[in-house]
Amino acid sequence: MMLELRGVHAHYGPIHALRGVDMAVQVGEVVTLIGANGAGKSTLMMSLFGLPRASAGHIIFDGEDITGLPAHAIARRGIALVPEGRRIYPRMTVLENLQMGAALADPLNFEVDLQRMCALFPILGERRHQRGGTLSGGEQQMLAIARALMARPKLLLLDEPSLGLAPLYIRKIFQTLRELNRDHGMTILLVEQNAHHALRVAHRAYVLQHGSIVLAGTGRELLASAEVRAAYLEGGQVR
Amino acid sequence: MRVVVAQHAPSLRERLKDAAAVACVALLLGVPMIGLTTVDQGGALHVATRWPVLAIFVTLCFIGRLLARFGLDRLQLRRRSRPAAVSALRGTGALTAWVGWSCLGVALALPVIFSDNRYVVDTATTVLIYVMLGWGLNVVVGLAGLLNLGYAAFYAVGAYAYALLSTQFGWGFWQALPVAGAFAAGFGLLLGWPTLRLRGDYLAIVTLGFGEITRVILINWTDLSNGPNGIASIPRPTFFGLPFKPDGDTPTFASFFGIEFSPLHRIIFLYYLILALAMLTNLFVSRLRKLPVGRAWEAIREDEIACQALGINVTNVKLSAFAISAMLGGCAGVFFAARQGFISPESFTFNESAIVLAIVVLGGTGSQLGVVLASLVLVLLPELGRDFADYRMLLFGAAMILIMIWRPGGILAKREPTLRYRALSRDGGGP
Repeated sequence: MMLELRGVHAHYGPIHALRGVDMAVQVGEVVTLIGANGAGKSTLMMSLFGLPRASAGHIIFDGEDITGLPAHAIARRGIALVPEGRRIYPRMTVLENLQMGAALADPLNFEVDLQRMCALFPILGERRHQRGGTLSGGEQQMLAIARALMARPKLLLLDEPSLGLAPLYIRKIFQTLRELNRDHGMTILLVEQNAHHALRVAHRAYVLQHGSIVLAGTGRELLASAEVRAAYLEGGQVR
Repeated sequence: MRVVVAQHAPSLRERLKDAAAVACVALLLGVPMIGLTTVDQGGALHVATRWPVLAIFVTLCFIGRLLARFGLDRLQLRRRSRPAAVSALRGTGALTAWVGWSCLGVALALPVIFSDNRYVVDTATTVLIYVMLGWGLNVVVGLAGLLNLGYAAFYAVGAYAYALLSTQFGWGFWQALPVAGAFAAGFGLLLGWPTLRLRGDYLAIVTLGFGEITRVILINWTDLSNGPNGIASIPRPTFFGLPFKPDGDTPTFASFFGIEFSPLHRIIFLYYLILALAMLTNLFVSRLRKLPVGRAWEAIREDEIACQALGINVTNVKLSAFAISAMLGGCAGVFFAARQGFISPESFTFNESAIVLAIVVLGGTGSQLGVVLASLVLVLLPELGRDFADYRMLLFGAAMILIMIWRPGGILAKREPTLRYRALSRDGGGP
């Protein structure tokens, strides 16, 4: 078991955002978490890093309880986050962004990893001296993913990677995630509103509603489920 | 702040209306301030009027507003027509380096050229103190992006540390320098610790308070700091143990080198000393920028959450920025105390913090050369303005406003990347 959440609660001030979430991610899996706006998806992602800290329950990563640890210590255990809204460093160049991603990695791997990222996303190699803020949204998303991968994580978290991107880029991003998992055995936990793409790439998926898991199954099952189709794929209206 | 202008060019009618509004305000203010005056008539004060002068004043305001508006609009139009992407990508690295080396060359040659002009060397020394302070503050404000309005506190801590160590315990300049620097760094941690969670306005207020508290303590803790009277007869730095004074029993700088004593020797020595300290600061900071800790400073300025998710300990990174910045300010303070020979809390007011911050912001936050250019502007302008007597600070303010209109991001807003790769082929290529 790579990551396990047992009855995790979290609060944003007076708001009870997570109400006892149980979920698990196995080694080598792609797991997707879908849900409507405000369901608590991003809160769940951030509370894995202790921002905000889980107010009850346990988060276990790689056999270790990481619930109370500070964010940087959790990242050092081997979890990398591609945050919502990308959060690349806008005034720093593409190369410097990647260098920051490798802040925890062995410096000897830097060159090799850099080549790997430029092979994965050739556009980043071409734009290596350009400031991050001058890249397009899709390029910034690629940079954010590459930056997270530079740390050589055991578990890659992605928070809404398709947000605000053109369809072409969305396809490219999900293609890359599939490749990373298939060819490099990367374990991925993906939070998405774009349920269609997300469920197709996922081995297993969870549906989050009002801070708790209401449905779980394989990606295929949820894609076929009438409830999911109605709520997240077709009308977008919760029945 | 950017002036927001309408998309269309304003018509003459609109311009006249705008200028008339300004003239009305001028008239309103002008009646009590210019229109009425007091005259002394046989021992009693009477109120007299000066309507013609007021009329001239209001007319000048009207014309001035008309011209200023027109000029600003032209400037805006020109700026808008310039493609933004070009200025962002255009490489200025070579030019910056060239200007930087030329500045160093001029700085090295300056005392030789003006060897008999004490005023020039003295002023240049003041400029260099501000350069060093600017580079020190740049670590916190420019790189780490944490606003600090109380930098003079660290300057004061360094100066007082040296003053006390030398007058009470007989320490020399070179012994006291690292100790005072470390002491100031400790104060940096003291300020950094409670403010870790603060950003922007709130951080500015707390640092402002810290600066004032330090000054007030120096005024009131008379046992330690001798209060508002300050500390006098602080020993001057020596040239490797050789003092700068007229020939006496012990060997002096002049007697050792067999040259005629001149009070200028010490002035020139102090100049080269601060030049060396400033260059050391520059080297130190630009080295740090290329190390993981320096990169983390800049990354924190850009996005704190992203840093945490990448495993960077934000607490340690912020504290290191505070400590190193404070240490550099403290070292500048040691030099200041040694140069003046006398310090008092008067030298470390908020004004001092504000000027150093203005240097960093005006220079372009994060730019090393920008700090030099801004220090030159901010120290030399008031000096050159001495002929204008009372209007000096007015000119100073006007110049700062003009610079910020001309370059809203500071004189040198371009940030130099710390890492370059010529090619990303299989053979790689070193950083």
